[in-house]
Amino acid sequence: MTEKNIALELDDIHKSYGSLEVLKGISLSASDGEVISILGSSGSGKSTLLRCINLLERPSRGSIRIAGEALDLVPGKDGDLRAANSRQLERMRSRIGFVFQNFNLWPHKSILENIIEAPVQVLGQSRDQAISRAEELLQRVGLSDKRDVYPANLSGGQQQRVAIARALAMDPQVLLFDEPTSALDPELVNEVLAVMRSLAEEGRTMLIVTHEMRFAREVSSQVVFLHQGQIEESGTPEEVFDRPQSQRVKDFMASHA
Amino acid sequence: MDLLGFGDLLLSGTWVTVKLALTSLAFGLVFGLLGAAAKLSGFWPLRALATLYTTFIRGIPELLLVLTIYFGGSMVLMAIAEQFGYTDYIEISAFAAGVAALSIAFGAYSTEVFRGAIQAIPKGQWESAQALGMTRGKTFFRIILPQVWRLALPGLGNLFQVLLKDTALVSVVGLNDLMRQAYVATGSTKQPFTFYMAAAIIYLGLTVLSTAMTTWMERRADPAARRAAA
Repeated sequence: MTEKNIALELDDIHKSYGSLEVLKGISLSASDGEVISILGSSGSGKSTLLRCINLLERPSRGSIRIAGEALDLVPGKDGDLRAANSRQLERMRSRIGFVFQNFNLWPHKSILENIIEAPVQVLGQSRDQAISRAEELLQRVGLSDKRDVYPANLSGGQQQRVAIARALAMDPQVLLFDEPTSALDPELVNEVLAVMRSLAEEGRTMLIVTHEMRFAREVSSQVVFLHQGQIEESGTPEEVFDRPQSQRVKDFMASHA
Repeated sequence: MDLLGFGDLLLSGTWVTVKLALTSLAFGLVFGLLGAAAKLSGFWPLRALATLYTTFIRGIPELLLVLTIYFGGSMVLMAIAEQFGYTDYIEISAFAAGVAALSIAFGAYSTEVFRGAIQAIPKGQWESAQALGMTRGKTFFRIILPQVWRLALPGLGNLFQVLLKDTALVSVVGLNDLMRQAYVATGSTKQPFTFYMAAAIIYLGLTVLSTAMTTWMERRADPAARRAAA
């Protein structure tokens, strides 16, 4: 059996805001095709961890590798790390898809323009090429008829599906989801989860911060439970959901059943 | 309208006023954007420079600025020219001095309008662009600025109206704008009400027109409305 390639590797990630240490040394690695769900109560550092991976948040310490390439980090003036080379950071970001809780679509651009913006501006694709790819992706997320409307005219669930299509248009090696359904009305959650499930099934490497326990259990290959900036427990969904070792995880599972 | 034979004079003055206002607007917008970018820069000397600019310019009367640039400007130019061996008298045109003074003033006020609008754009708009690997520059020009425009328009429209009326100040250094032509016509006919009233109506017409333009542009900048119109 051949060893699978490591798509993403985090080593000893720390993050402090002043004297408050939000992440206390997190190491994590995802092989190609793995789906890792990150669980934990609010304030446990889940979102911060995810945002540290593409430097939306600057870690205080630690290292990040994407598909074997280490992100070159140097200490900034404020003590946190910053990218040594902005070109490299931009290139690595273009390979990491990020889906936000609040979608963050650009309101002044149509749905199609939202999707083709980065492929054209960052990857240098031709407009035609980007458009035909965008149309495929819109079909995939079930929004072909919305290509020319503006984000304000879509429901939250539709906006989030567009945001996923926008991330996919870059053909990223890793997809990060930061509570992708937390801002949605309950009846809109499933349409987003269905798209994410199909991505997991086609073998995308994904890191998902979520409160959707049933979904996490069904799609994850690995579940990581964070508590106060540390990994409290991790393992297969069966291990973490059915036979948790830590009392905290047991309590959490009981209250989120 | 003939206006005792001074109709054409007022009309030519109106044209000068409009040219002065639009030219100053164009330069002023550039100064305002640069000022806002400097104020939001991570580099403190730029921030200090921008603060000095807005504090100083907003703290002095526009008329003082017009006079300083018109009379002081030619002295400065002559001193510089002398270094290169050119000793003739140099005069700055009243129009150029007016554009300089009014656009510097407009820039100082619009710096604050742009700064507020840039800061009102949610952080997530930057983040989603940067997460896709876009550079800071592309993010600013392609994602942030088009949205800033929409938020800044009402404030800029307001400032333009002030600018339009401030053009009258340039008449004191001899620019043949609407204000000055009304003054000249009054001087030779001794009919102040006729000509000042005519000038007032023309200024009013220009400001009403500019308000209508702003409203139209605001509507056009709103993507939801654009869709409805399509």
